Amino acid sequence: MLGTGILKGMVETAKNFAGSYHDPERLTTVEYPEQRIASKENARQFPFLVHDTEDPMKGLRCVACQICEKECPPQCIYIVKSKDKRADYKGQMQFYPATFDIDLSVCMSCQICVEVCPFESIKMDTEFELSNTDRFGGLLVNKHQLAKSNEHYRKIHPTEAAASDAVLAAETAKAQAKAKADAEAKAAKAAAAAGPVGAVASAPAPKPSSPAAATAAAPAA
Amino acid sequence: MADFFQAIDQFPVTLKHWLMTQLGGVLPEWAEPLVSAALSITPILAVFPLMFALTTVIERKGLGRIQNRIGPNRVGIPLTNIRLAGFGQFIADGIKSLIKEDVVPRAADKVVHFLAPIALLIPVLLTYSVLPFGRNMVPLDLPQTGLLFFFAVGASTELSVFMAGWSSRNKYSLLGAMRAIAQMVSYEIPLILSALTVVMMAGTLSLSGIVERQMWHVAMPGIPGDQDGLLARWFLFTPWGLVGFFLFLTAAAAEANRTPFDLPEAESEIIAGYFTEYSGFKFAIFFLAEYLGLFAMCGLGITLFLGGWLPPVNFAPFTWIPSWCWFLGKLSALIVLFIWLRGTLPRLRTDQLMGFAWKFLLPMTLINLVVAALWHLLANSIPLVARWPLCFAMLAVPYWLLGRGFEAKFTKREYRFAN
Amino acid sequence: MTLPFAIIAGLTVGSAIAAMSLRNLVHCALSLVLTFAGLAGLYLQLNAEFVGFTQILVYVGAVAILIVFAILLTRSTEPKDEPATVTPWIGIAVAVGAFLTMALAVLASPVGKRVAAPAPEVSVKTLGQKLMTDYVLPLEVMALLLTAAMLGAVIIAMKDKEGQR
Repeated sequence: MLGTGILKGMVETAKNFAGSYHDPERLTTVEYPEQRIASKENARQFPFLVHDTEDPMKGLRCVACQICEKECPPQCIYIVKSKDKRADYKGQMQFYPATFDIDLSVCMSCQICVEVCPFESIKMDTEFELSNTDRFGGLLVNKHQLAKSNEHYRKIHPTEAAASDAVLAAETAKAQAKAKADAEAKAAKAAAAAGPVGAVASAPAPKPSSPAAATAAAPAA
Repeated sequence: MADFFQAIDQFPVTLKHWLMTQLGGVLPEWAEPLVSAALSITPILAVFPLMFALTTVIERKGLGRIQNRIGPNRVGIPLTNIRLAGFGQFIADGIKSLIKEDVVPRAADKVVHFLAPIALLIPVLLTYSVLPFGRNMVPLDLPQTGLLFFFAVGASTELSVFMAGWSSRNKYSLLGAMRAIAQMVSYEIPLILSALTVVMMAGTLSLSGIVERQMWHVAMPGIPGDQDGLLARWFLFTPWGLVGFFLFLTAAAAEANRTPFDLPEAESEIIAGYFTEYSGFKFAIFFLAEYLGLFAMCGLGITLFLGGWLPPVNFAPFTWIPSWCWFLGKLSALIVLFIWLRGTLPRLRTDQLMGFAWKFLLPMTLINLVVAALWHLLANSIPLVARWPLCFAMLAVPYWLLGRGFEAKFTKREYRFAN
Repeated sequence: MTLPFAIIAGLTVGSAIAAMSLRNLVHCALSLVLTFAGLAGLYLQLNAEFVGFTQILVYVGAVAILIVFAILLTRSTEPKDEPATVTPWIGIAVAVGAFLTMALAVLASPVGKRVAAPAPEVSVKTLGQKLMTDYVLPLEVMALLLTAAMLGAVIIAMKDKEGQR
């Protein structure tokens, strides 16, 4: 009969209405500033620069290669390469960014900068409360604000951070193995030149080359 | 004891009387009717907009609970942590709409665009002047034409809607206005016809007269007065009144553009309908006028069918409650019903809307009119116990027959690949 | 002539003139609505409450909407800049002539010299009874006419629909 559907519907909504009072499980609302949901591991908002040392500026992994600047679809990254070089985590001499700015108002959180970075130096942060009262300067984030420690990265994205650490460890190990091989080759050469006696004693002490030790050493470096 | 409750009941009337006697010596003679009118208008202008403000919050909270949400609960006293459970929201909304920029489209017809909200609010406020809010509390008692005044003034809101929609030079506005007018014109007929049933039975167009006819001791035509009756004689308790009330309520919802008849301002289709191009306080006026129109319609429904300011039973604790409290209580109950309906029902399609008005409501109101006449004529020949079911059956059968056409005709859909 | 009468009369005549002279058809219709409302005010001045409110209900509530719909559905509402094709002078002359004739006739008739009879107490009930007894034939004829008009409208609408198919 006409109207029974309406009555049924009204009973249903009345149930919801009463139920929302005695059964708080029904309510899906999170009252945001006071209550928060823990951030999901795959969440991503805005890039940050990873650093390994206590002083953020000295330990930035970024070598100012500018790949991210060129790849960024909305062109929101601005990098100025440094004039001098400094040693990176592997002890190799590299440039570092004199300026590294990202325009927050332009960034679209696509994560392409992270994808293309060969140095594991730019990663996505989960911080989402990025609003600012200054809509010009406040939205241009410089390298001091962007720099965040590897510890932070491990905390927000544990799985990714482990993978990233493994890559770095492998790189370090490779570099060290190469250095060792070079050194051995050099020593052998020197020994061959100087004669077989006493050559081994003059060779430099080999560094520990096991991957586990290298992983432990990498972040501290 | 009875005197005390009598005094509370009549407090607004005595207050006005006292004020008038105090002012009587000071005021020049020509100003007295004006001041008296102003004193009658002030409570209306204070109570109903405040009720509108509270309704907006309660509606949002109620709809939230219906949808298993919390609803607004933030706005309280500024600079403190006191939240008032969100009941500061309407003040914030009011301030916001006051200080917002008033945007008028460049192509708009400026004069008509400006006049439309005013031409909408004034008739809506005028309708309140004939409603009896309590015993001896009717601002403008028109013994000959009370109900006619209500409908005449209410009908002129259609033109304001057109003015708003046409002057905006916006296709959504015009579409909304066209929908609104088509809907209001169609639903005005069942609305007036269902009210007419009451007029026919009460034998008067005066709204206070109609309330008095629902008292215990006043003789209805054909029914002797009953001084000691305990139950009220609301028209709702007769078969034609019961059906008439629901027909009236349906038509009133359509007149007030409430869900499920909110096509004129369907957000998902035409933004906000005829007031799309209004912003700031003009928008607030449209919003206010819409809710005040709904309250006025509810007030009329209460007066016609729910005994106005009369309590449902005629003994002590109920008769102690002041008459205006009864009126406001019934009004609140109807508002809650409308909020509940809004949380439940989806919007109709235009053809369903028109079909419902012309193929269901109109025949039902006409049948109701005939049944009411029959009820009146059979008063002396058939006892009430037999008369009530007889008349009710005469309404229930057409209801069932007419309603069959509106049943959802769903068959299980067969899919070629998905099954 | 009292002040309220002067205001209402001025409003009625002014809006009637506006309804004739404005170039935008919708504006004309809206002015016409004001004229209807002014007429209702005049009825109320004469203590004819029922007629006054019926005037508002029927003319402002229904006829005006009909006019507005007719304008919107039949032609463009954009005002055209072309000048009026007919010079208004002939019309004005005819209107003034008609008014003067009527005014002279009214002034000359004995109606004005009669002492005004006390206004009869016309209640809605009396109106209804008169309609249902003395004037039942005109009422029924009107009802028949309206029904015929409605049927005609329905038939026109139906034919249109079939033509489209």
